Amino acid sequence: MGMTMTQKILAAHAGVDHVKAGDFIQANLDLVLGNDITTPVAIKEFNKMGVEGVFHKKKVALVPDHFTPNKDIKAAEQCKMVREFAYEKDIENYFEIGEMGIEHALLPEKGLVVCGDVVIGADSHTCTYGALGAFSTGIGSTDMAAGMATGKCWFRVPTAIKFELKGKPQKWVSGKDIILHIIGMIGVDGARYQSMEFMGDGIKNLSMDDRFAMANMAIEAGGKNGIFIVDDVTLDYVKNHSTKKYKVYTPDEDAEYEKVYEIDLSTIRPTVAFPHLPENTRTIDEVGDVKIDQVVIGSCTNGRIEDLRVAAKILEGKKVAKGIRMIVFPATQKIYLQAMKEGLMETFITAGAVVSTPTCGPCLGGHMGILAKGERAIATTNRNFVGRMGHVESEVYLSSPAVAAASAVTGKITNPEDVA
Amino acid sequence: MIKSGKVFKYGDNIDTDVIIPARYLSTSVPKELAKYCMQDIDETFSERVTDGDIIVADKNFGCGSSREHAPIAIKASGISCVIASTFARIFYRNAFNIGLPILECDEAAKNIKDGDQIEVDFNTGRIVNITKDQTYQASPLPPFMQEIIAADGLINYINKSKNKGE
Ligand code: SF4
Repeated sequence: MGMTMTQKILAAHAGVDHVKAGDFIQANLDLVLGNDITTPVAIKEFNKMGVEGVFHKKKVALVPDHFTPNKDIKAAEQCKMVREFAYEKDIENYFEIGEMGIEHALLPEKGLVVCGDVVIGADSHTCTYGALGAFSTGIGSTDMAAGMATGKCWFRVPTAIKFELKGKPQKWVSGKDIILHIIGMIGVDGARYQSMEFMGDGIKNLSMDDRFAMANMAIEAGGKNGIFIVDDVTLDYVKNHSTKKYKVYTPDEDAEYEKVYEIDLSTIRPTVAFPHLPENTRTIDEVGDVKIDQVVIGSCTNGRIEDLRVAAKILEGKKVAKGIRMIVFPATQKIYLQAMKEGLMETFITAGAVVSTPTCGPCLGGHMGILAKGERAIATTNRNFVGRMGHVESEVYLSSPAVAAASAVTGKITNPEDVA
Repeated sequence: MIKSGKVFKYGDNIDTDVIIPARYLSTSVPKELAKYCMQDIDETFSERVTDGDIIVADKNFGCGSSREHAPIAIKASGISCVIASTFARIFYRNAFNIGLPILECDEAAKNIKDGDQIEVDFNTGRIVNITKDQTYQASPLPPFMQEIIAADGLINYINKSKNKGE
């Protein structure tokens, strides 16, 4: 029996020729990631292990991004703990305010992940790097501690679902709409414990930013990882961002998939997930009249340069509707700078939006845009659980940057075709 | 290992944001986290829960973020184990890694009601509903998981294998 892409990467990192679904393996890690919330817990566990240093100074990445710039004293203490650990252990990839960004946008941009890598991160959206043809998955702080100490992690080899993508998305349809469509179709546990493997002719019509947004939300379908076949677009990205050695894995012809979905990208409409689960999706044509209070554009899903470009294009020469608060948070410092150079910031500010420093901020109800009771936001983030962006009786609708920007102009959830 | 206690019953897709909302994540002190456990779905949980109680839920328990604060908060509130039809995978790993025993059992999830008194045997996977006089059989834990549980969590497991010189 052949292996899927994920299985091949895992086999190679476990030092064996072959694995099959259900096997327990120990894989060698290329990178271990943590943030300001999960790393402090990991440090405590790490210290119980009585090891001197981390397994590899270049293969640990610590990114304080959730409650930074420190939102309160407790957050400051947590960040201090991470910073001191990074210095003490001589960890090279520690990113302070000023050079940081949201972890899952930052790591690929810094060239820390390339095709064929195995990456674990104490953050559920670590699955984002599957866009690069890497195996990457979220784990908890204890796994992170063990990973930092030993450079290994145990895995149960997953079964897979194949998504055969065909055709070209319509104007205003992005990777976000495609992944929301898929989650709506298979549900929030539709890929539980499985890898979601994206391939097919249609992939070439998706930019890296589209792919990052899609792999990012594999966890929202319960997936262990999401992974894309590697093509020229991937290799261009990798070569432009990294000097690390990479390896391209392709699935065997006779790889086994528990399910196969064929998706014609040209039929997908702009899609919105209604509260309180990412699977509650409706196409923009079925949304109806949904008034909003806040628009949030950013996060590890959609805070990349293309996302900002699309939003700015829609807002160009227009105003954010009276009474609507619009917050844009570019995902990294580099994206921030690029957006400035391209004049996107000017467009946002002229339109009446605020632009925040890179941070997770409002995405997890941390700071910089919390919702009050009864308030409603449309956000380009990835989760709309109860209380995710603030009060338990607030609501989050998930969409692409195009839909979010169009909604800012009208004050209700709006089809970009109607305002652009 | 046998656990017995009163049941708190919840539905599908109990996510980590309701188990422990992000607004409380600026600490990782277990007792502190326990105060806010389940708050967004069950406001009085932390007042009503007593040591040894058991959470039973339907499918996909623990979906969402990777925050280990979720199983830590549950464990620190006195919950002795969690039974669900299915668990989200990161929560599943985290629970074992920190030594919170969990079991998947669809039959138990369907039949057990809030307030039932139940007893769980982790060695056999047998769950007895004392209130209803019913028995359910959970799928046994994979051997690898049993080893981690026997060592009381991943760190101890690794420390032990290190001492064995493996
Ligand atoms: S932007 Fe949101 S989803 Fe992404 S890492 Fe930050 S909190 Fe998590």
